[in-house]
Amino acid sequence: MQKLLNWVDERFPLTSSYKAHLSEYFAPKNFNFWYFFGSLALLVLVVQILTGIFLTMHYKPDAALAFASVEYIMRDVEFGWMIRYIHSTGASMFFVVVYLHMFRGLIYGSYRQPRELIWIFGVTIYLVLMGEAFMGYLLPWGQMSYWGAQVIINLFAAVPFIGNDLSEWIRGDYVIGDATLNRFFAFHVIALPMVLLGLVVAHLVALHEVGSNNPDGVEIKKLKGPDGHPLDGIPFHPYYTVKDILGTVVFLIVFAAIVFFAPEMGGYFLEANNFIPADSLKTPEHIAPVWYFTPYYAILRAIPPILGSQFPGVAAMGVAVLIFFALPWLDKSPVKSIRYRGPKFKIALGVFVITFIGLGILGVLPATPLYTLISQILSVLYFAFFLLMPWYTKNDTTKPVPERVTQ
Amino acid sequence: MSNLSVDTSKRRFLVTMTSAVGGVAALGVAVPFVMSMLPSARAKAAGAPVEVDLTKVEPGMQLAVEWRGKPVWVVNRTPEMLDLLSKHDAKLTDAASENTSQQPEYCKNPTRSIKPQYLIVVGICTHLGCSPSYRSEVAPADLGPEWTGGWFCPCHGSRFDLAARVYNGSPAPTNLVIPPHKYLSDTRVLIGDDQGAAA
Amino acid sequence: MKKLFFMLLALPTLAIASGAGVHLDHAPINLNDQESLQRGARVFVNYCLNCHSAGYMRYNRMQDIGLTEAQIKDNLLYAADKPGALMHVAMRTADAKAWFGAPPPDLSVITRSRGPDWVYTYLRSFYRDDSRPTGWNNTVFDKVGMPHVMQELQGHLAPVYRTEKSEDGKEHHVIDRFELVKPGKYTQAEYDALVGDLTNYLNWMGEPAKGDRMRIGLFVLLFLSVFYVVAFYLKKEFWKDVH
Repeated sequence: MQKLLNWVDERFPLTSSYKAHLSEYFAPKNFNFWYFFGSLALLVLVVQILTGIFLTMHYKPDAALAFASVEYIMRDVEFGWMIRYIHSTGASMFFVVVYLHMFRGLIYGSYRQPRELIWIFGVTIYLVLMGEAFMGYLLPWGQMSYWGAQVIINLFAAVPFIGNDLSEWIRGDYVIGDATLNRFFAFHVIALPMVLLGLVVAHLVALHEVGSNNPDGVEIKKLKGPDGHPLDGIPFHPYYTVKDILGTVVFLIVFAAIVFFAPEMGGYFLEANNFIPADSLKTPEHIAPVWYFTPYYAILRAIPPILGSQFPGVAAMGVAVLIFFALPWLDKSPVKSIRYRGPKFKIALGVFVITFIGLGILGVLPATPLYTLISQILSVLYFAFFLLMPWYTKNDTTKPVPERVTQ
Repeated sequence: MSNLSVDTSKRRFLVTMTSAVGGVAALGVAVPFVMSMLPSARAKAAGAPVEVDLTKVEPGMQLAVEWRGKPVWVVNRTPEMLDLLSKHDAKLTDAASENTSQQPEYCKNPTRSIKPQYLIVVGICTHLGCSPSYRSEVAPADLGPEWTGGWFCPCHGSRFDLAARVYNGSPAPTNLVIPPHKYLSDTRVLIGDDQGAAA
Repeated sequence: MKKLFFMLLALPTLAIASGAGVHLDHAPINLNDQESLQRGARVFVNYCLNCHSAGYMRYNRMQDIGLTEAQIKDNLLYAADKPGALMHVAMRTADAKAWFGAPPPDLSVITRSRGPDWVYTYLRSFYRDDSRPTGWNNTVFDKVGMPHVMQELQGHLAPVYRTEKSEDGKEHHVIDRFELVKPGKYTQAEYDALVGDLTNYLNWMGEPAKGDRMRIGLFVLLFLSVFYVVAFYLKKEFWKDVH
């Protein structure tokens, strides 16, 4: 066995990679609950790719056959229902995990120097994931698939001058049709997953280059013991592997509970109207995007058209997503972690969380004048969190950061 | 961190336990994925048993029907054809149908059929899967004076007699397959299902 | 295109406004009551399947609700010749469009889009309305194109109107209650039970794998709880070093 390993090691960095990324990758010993979601995101990605491959074996990306092929999977294919429910639940759970993972970065300043690139890769993953989810949602070819895609693609029509040509180019037709479905399928099953995998590798390589942040925001590499290992670091394997196994099992319990007992999740993971085949002549009575897009949808609806153009709303929505990229340079605080930050940041973050959830709820609700007004206030608060950040982080009263991590 | 108080046997036990449970989990997860590649309900419905009306097959003629996407031949053998069957046992690879995977138990007989008159056989050559041609004439020019009727595979020249038994020297290793079937009445036969049939 | 886009933005408002008014009765759903499901299957094949398909559902799947293949073949298989066939309907889509204005929708997953309560209430809410081409209207689905197919069972209900004044002082007619103008073969309670069975069947047909799903799910959760215990002690053992 050792001989074989030696043979491989002379030709491939197997043992050295194992050491560099697992057994001798030193992670801070004070990771808490929030640090589960990175590995869980990776797990969900694997689950989605695996179930996706098996769904592709039975699914037909043809406007005349797509809806029926999904029901075929649900009824005629052995265990097809299970694979499909895992995939549909996985899509929503991906966003649950990614939102929690991003929130972790926000509270402990994981995007701060020297981890700006990790953050940029991460936000890009989030963007690609939104595209992946959006295109995947068209594939069942139900009413929500169709009209959801209709609304989002028409956002591009709001771009000045080239808008209409642009949205036609995206659809490949004058309406959403077979061509649209076929190209969305191509993007969903091959193009975007490949980009996603590349970005995930870049995200992890960058992380292992600079090392993980921690709830104290202390750089553990600064203090090393006589053996050259960080004093506050522990090898990822076995300590964090056994911990992540535990986290994974808990996550899988939640995941399985949804897949087996509430796959529709009250209409939030699988919408009732999506059990009606796409009909280009009849819009369903109530349409709202899937829950993970609703905060941005609420911002879109909150901005009134200017000079008859919807573009400002569309632009605001785009900026709302892209502004995450700027975070490392907007935060001027001398400390990273919320543990040592002052009240101004804590209040700002608290308001932001309420704002984000509030916008998410408003995105599902009908646009009454009152709700629109609330959406407008919340949209302002959303952008204020980012734009005022240089000011309130610089002038905040911070607590001294300890040399070593705390337990 | 000190390694002084480490109970290695306990750790080894827990690691083994976790690996075992994890292994069971991996196997359990594999089941639905592997099963999803089996023929679906649609394939099964399409491959459902086929009913054939035997009165439509004239004496000496072959009728081809489709079962599970494969040709199945129903041959109405004349008494003369049946007489010839026992005359060339020495030239056959498996004259007595000893290979049990090539026919159901109830067709392990000299005529390889339930009723001697009607042969029901899957028309796929056991060599590489071509469909042999029906040549019922005796001693045609191209097949030689020895030929007493049967099937000739155009792909690689395998020869079968009128009980679909393979001749010595053919590339095909075994006799053609007799599918499960049963008689619903004197003139109606169900191909693909022999449940509850008297052999 | 842009106009449509704005319409879509405003649409959710309309949705709530139109959906809130109708009261729905609770459908008696019980996936374990095989007799009810079998009765429902019979009603479905006799009354619904003449016009509505269930094009994703195979007849032989009804073995899951306790019927044998022979029973399915002898009692339920009118429109197809093989038990493995899908529940298609003989009527051509073009004819259907001409007769009803719109082709009757496929019912395979009707309870998943409408909900069983809606179906249960809808099938019991037909009333006579001579202003409609079919002579029938429905309190749940106003101006519905479908006639009352089970009228011989339920009988004919006719509305009794009362006059109401709205806030702006205008008078208009509102349905006060219904009168049985022509009795059917069944009493109201018997008819409700029949529609209950039918709804139960439709609900089962919406997701025939649901029973398996629940059973397997229970097993998976039990297994994961065992896994949790093992993983918990594993983590605890190794983390002794750190704490």
